[in-house]
Amino acid sequence: MTAISSAVMQPVPAALDVARIRAEFPILKLRVNDKPLIFLDNAASSQMPQPVMARWIRYQSSQHANIHRAVHYLSETATAEYEAARRKLQAFINAGEEREIVFTSGTTESINLVAHGYGRKFIGKDDEIILTTLEHHSNIVPWQMLAGEKGAKIRVVPVNDRGELLLDEYRKLFSAKTKFVGVTQVSNALGTINPVREMIAFAHEHGVPVLVDGAQAAPHLKVDMQALDCDFYAFSGHKLCGPTGVGVLYGKAALLEKMQPFKGGGDMILSVTFEKTTYAPIPAKFEAGTPPIAAAITLGAAVDYLTAIGMDSIARHETDLLDYATDQVNRLPGVRIIGTAEKKAAVLSFAVEGVHPHDVGTLLNEEGVAIRTGHHCAQPVMQRFKVPATSRASFAFYNTMDEVDALVAAIRKVQKIFS
Amino acid sequence: MADSKQLYQEVILDHNKKPRNWGTLADATHKAEGVNPLCGDHIHLSVKLSDDKVEAISFEGESCAICKASASMMTGTVKGKSRADAEQMVQEFRDMATGKLDPAGPHHLGRLTVFAGVRDLPTRVKCAILPWHTLHAAFTGSMSTSTESDADPMHAPIGGA
Repeated sequence: MTAISSAVMQPVPAALDVARIRAEFPILKLRVNDKPLIFLDNAASSQMPQPVMARWIRYQSSQHANIHRAVHYLSETATAEYEAARRKLQAFINAGEEREIVFTSGTTESINLVAHGYGRKFIGKDDEIILTTLEHHSNIVPWQMLAGEKGAKIRVVPVNDRGELLLDEYRKLFSAKTKFVGVTQVSNALGTINPVREMIAFAHEHGVPVLVDGAQAAPHLKVDMQALDCDFYAFSGHKLCGPTGVGVLYGKAALLEKMQPFKGGGDMILSVTFEKTTYAPIPAKFEAGTPPIAAAITLGAAVDYLTAIGMDSIARHETDLLDYATDQVNRLPGVRIIGTAEKKAAVLSFAVEGVHPHDVGTLLNEEGVAIRTGHHCAQPVMQRFKVPATSRASFAFYNTMDEVDALVAAIRKVQKIFS
Repeated sequence: MADSKQLYQEVILDHNKKPRNWGTLADATHKAEGVNPLCGDHIHLSVKLSDDKVEAISFEGESCAICKASASMMTGTVKGKSRADAEQMVQEFRDMATGKLDPAGPHHLGRLTVFAGVRDLPTRVKCAILPWHTLHAAFTGSMSTSTESDADPMHAPIGGA
């Protein structure tokens, strides 16, 4: 918390010492196809620095046992560390209470938990769920499954040609039937930063709860649950320099309490007889079975690492990278940037005229440049922009301007091969 | 290590730029659509079989260079061949792309060995195989096929895209 609040005091965030930061990421020293690795697929998953890896090893070496169960030293230690990680995540997103942090396997599970735990209980026939064109499949499919089961309907907020949500259209979708809103804070395919705060406030005027998909936002922006006032917020650990297999669902305590459990099992109960089970209080009610203890504790170390660098400094550096990359790619004849919203975060989706994204991706890999090509699990976005797929470069705080230059040089090479 | 430079050879780039047998056959006896839902590649293939020989064949669609060149060269190669010979090439091409057939050994693929390099690029194997997959579907009377369909005998479980 101290690092976060002191960063707020600074009018201009400190510049990053990227060389020193890069030295802590062993994987960035790799060579691919005899070229230095240039990792620009951070929106899919980011890399892990050595101090975070060390946390996992320390846990397994001296603290591991199952949590919340035994009275022995290791179980108590592991439990304390797991709950300490919960408090770190609470601080990272400025949630009001630590019991509002539920550890899940990732963003997808977090959203499914809400669709099941809230949706199946409170959304019924002919009710409407508002989603947006910019959603990742993980914030579409669970709601479609729910809608199919309950006879509810999905309404979709459209976007303009720059990839920005049309807020007037959003407002028009509301009626007495509207029971839920799901919106991504940052589009994984285009990088658009959505005005979620405004959207949440409007939904609340209609008494409608809002889930924010924060998978792409949490790694790049300082997120603040109390300022956003969202009802649910979902994100993944592995996009935050943490391990795969762990993520977070933030939920307002009052909502989590009235929801039904998602998974049944151990650790989510107060008492069980064959006649009746009494559920544990939140967040345990939603953490059935042995949770990803090591991963959660390591994620705690990852958010400590990011907080020490400063999310404001990270955001500033990534904005510089994106602005520079946008400018350089715009200078390339025959390359079109898809997603030109005024507010964007760390994602550059583009199309090279006459070259399929998969060919771009394969040939960039030849130059050691790792990007993502495909539909980015956001097919409605692809349909809206009438492309089968895009090439996507996505940046992290450890990327450099030189790497942007290498990306641009590699795109030129692709164009030459296909000329 | 993947050597995509070897893959993107002149002959493949040329077929991508100027695909042969492009279009649809008005008098096709067999047709199929091939789709790779992972990357959006899709091709339409029309074949005219007479006396169990490929008398005419053409394709169109939207796809990456590897898929388009593979389709273009495939149509050129199987034209005039018997259905059985074409089916054998489907099998051999698939085996080559998945690393089960040595392009230096005996086979009937001829110049199609330029695609041998895809075996080192797991996410691109399906791009090269899709047209062959679709040809097999056309022969067997399935109107559509997908690289992700388990039911299809050509389904090759080879990584995501």
